[in-house]
Amino acid sequence: MVNPDVIVETFALGKRYGTRWAVRDLQLRVHRGDVFGFLGPNGAGKSTTIRMLLSLIRPTTGEVRLFGHPLRGDRRRALASVGGIVEKPDFYAYLSAVRNLEIVGALYGGVKRSRITEVLELVGLEDRASDPVKAYSHGMKQRLGIAQALLADPQLVILDEPTGGLDPQGMKEIRELIIHLSRDRGKTIFLSSHLLYEIEQVATRMAIINQGTMIAQGRVDEMLSQGQYSVHLQAEPREKAESVLRRLRGTVKSFERVNDEFRVSIDRTEIPRLQTALVGAGVRVYAIVPHRSLEDYFLSITEHAGKGTS
Amino acid sequence: MTRLVLYELLKTFWKKRTYLGFAVVLVIVPVVEVAFKLEGGRFLTVMLRGLARDFYLVGNLFNGWLISFQIMNSLWFHIPLLISFVAGDQLAGEATSGTYRLILTRPTSRSEIFVAKWITTIVYTVLFVAFLAVLSIGLALALLGRGDLLVIGRGTGILILPGQDVAWRFILAYIFAGWSMLTISSISLFFSSFVENAIGPIVATMGVLIVSTVLSVLPVEVLASLRGYLFTSYMDLWLRAFADPISWDRVREAVLVLGGYSAASVLGAWLIFVRKDILS
Repeated sequence: MVNPDVIVETFALGKRYGTRWAVRDLQLRVHRGDVFGFLGPNGAGKSTTIRMLLSLIRPTTGEVRLFGHPLRGDRRRALASVGGIVEKPDFYAYLSAVRNLEIVGALYGGVKRSRITEVLELVGLEDRASDPVKAYSHGMKQRLGIAQALLADPQLVILDEPTGGLDPQGMKEIRELIIHLSRDRGKTIFLSSHLLYEIEQVATRMAIINQGTMIAQGRVDEMLSQGQYSVHLQAEPREKAESVLRRLRGTVKSFERVNDEFRVSIDRTEIPRLQTALVGAGVRVYAIVPHRSLEDYFLSITEHAGKGTS
Repeated sequence: MTRLVLYELLKTFWKKRTYLGFAVVLVIVPVVEVAFKLEGGRFLTVMLRGLARDFYLVGNLFNGWLISFQIMNSLWFHIPLLISFVAGDQLAGEATSGTYRLILTRPTSRSEIFVAKWITTIVYTVLFVAFLAVLSIGLALALLGRGDLLVIGRGTGILILPGQDVAWRFILAYIFAGWSMLTISSISLFFSSFVENAIGPIVATMGVLIVSTVLSVLPVEVLASLRGYLFTSYMDLWLRAFADPISWDRVREAVLVLGGYSAASVLGAWLIFVRKDILS
């Protein structure tokens, strides 16, 4: 029974090079409307998986289904509403952005010139549309990469490390664009990254892959709420704040003083109580910054998996 | 499919390297033909030195047809290099520039893309041979005029073809030459399908051409049975247009062998291309 809400599905997907499995037994499920983060360290198998999703690589085992259509048997319908970037976006450098997009459009059966103009405007390249791509900066090529991914107005956009090599401003623009595409245009985004905070900021669901194997998959907020939570506390006077933290032993599981702040291990639900106690004791609270991040979760889970496999 | 072919043609003919072959021909042919013009009849005297004792040759034999014939005769080994420059780039060039990732992630099948590239390769090869034909014959006739054609060659012996019997033979010779060059471009396309850089197919094609040519011409008896299977044994197909009478059986044999090589190369390239993992 095909679930129309699941638009990317893999079954026991695997790729072996010689005796080494780059990806093994991968079961992915991406739902319509997700910003799906595909997280893993470098060499974890993210790009190999994306190459299999986009038919650049033939799986050794398993199957990919896009919009319910098997990629191997019904490629045309499976990829009809998919756009993507695989690793860094490369183009015909001697041709203009418009010509490059016309070539991509031809592979979808042709797109109107107005659509090309529209996607170039969306990524802010309309003024450089006629310049040869070889004159583009890395950031401009990255934006053109997103333009070609959106050209056929796909429902699913697969972005492989889309902020790679960009400066902070460029990264911010790409993240905002991803949120815009998801929220305002209803696109489903499959976003791979090794940058943990990037996934944390934009993704609704995610999968973590390490050494070619899926470690975890689920909603980002649920995965983040698992386990211990910690906050970075900045308060004055520090001696008084420390005595409050000692008094709340039980609520506060542990704490340590690092430079001008405290690292406090505490359940998320207990944070208001901590704040009330501090204020009640006359402590001036400057900041309570949640620190339970995907990075902690990711590191703990990949380290655990690493130990398990060694 | 028409749209795919048009954009493949655009990609090919927008590249500077595509015009390298045309530029080489545009330089070499006028230089050689003007040199012949300046050399005058002395060239013919040198060419016929060994024959002058036994033959008495009359009429205007030093003319545009003779020079066009000499151009064909001297360039047949160099033209494949220029052809493979573009044909070998058709698939490997995409790997080199990373654009396989741009085009092979779309709903269009790899087979359709391959066919578009194959058609583009054919168009380039035909245009290149046609350019060589028009330039070399046109310029030679403009510089040296018409006359009877003296043919001295392997398989034709010594022939003097009357002027009115020459033009159609050149047309036929260039059609045959085009067929031979399509074999070269097909072999280049084959090598292009499984390497990741654009130089590989050129080197491989020239390597095959050199080895096969050596095996074809070596006067060694043990290789005699092999020669009939080597495509280079038939690369002088164009020369058969100047035999009198034309041996159509030999032409048919050469056309079939060269066509067989082309078909096998294209089929092999297609099989590799549709199955290959894109790692570039």
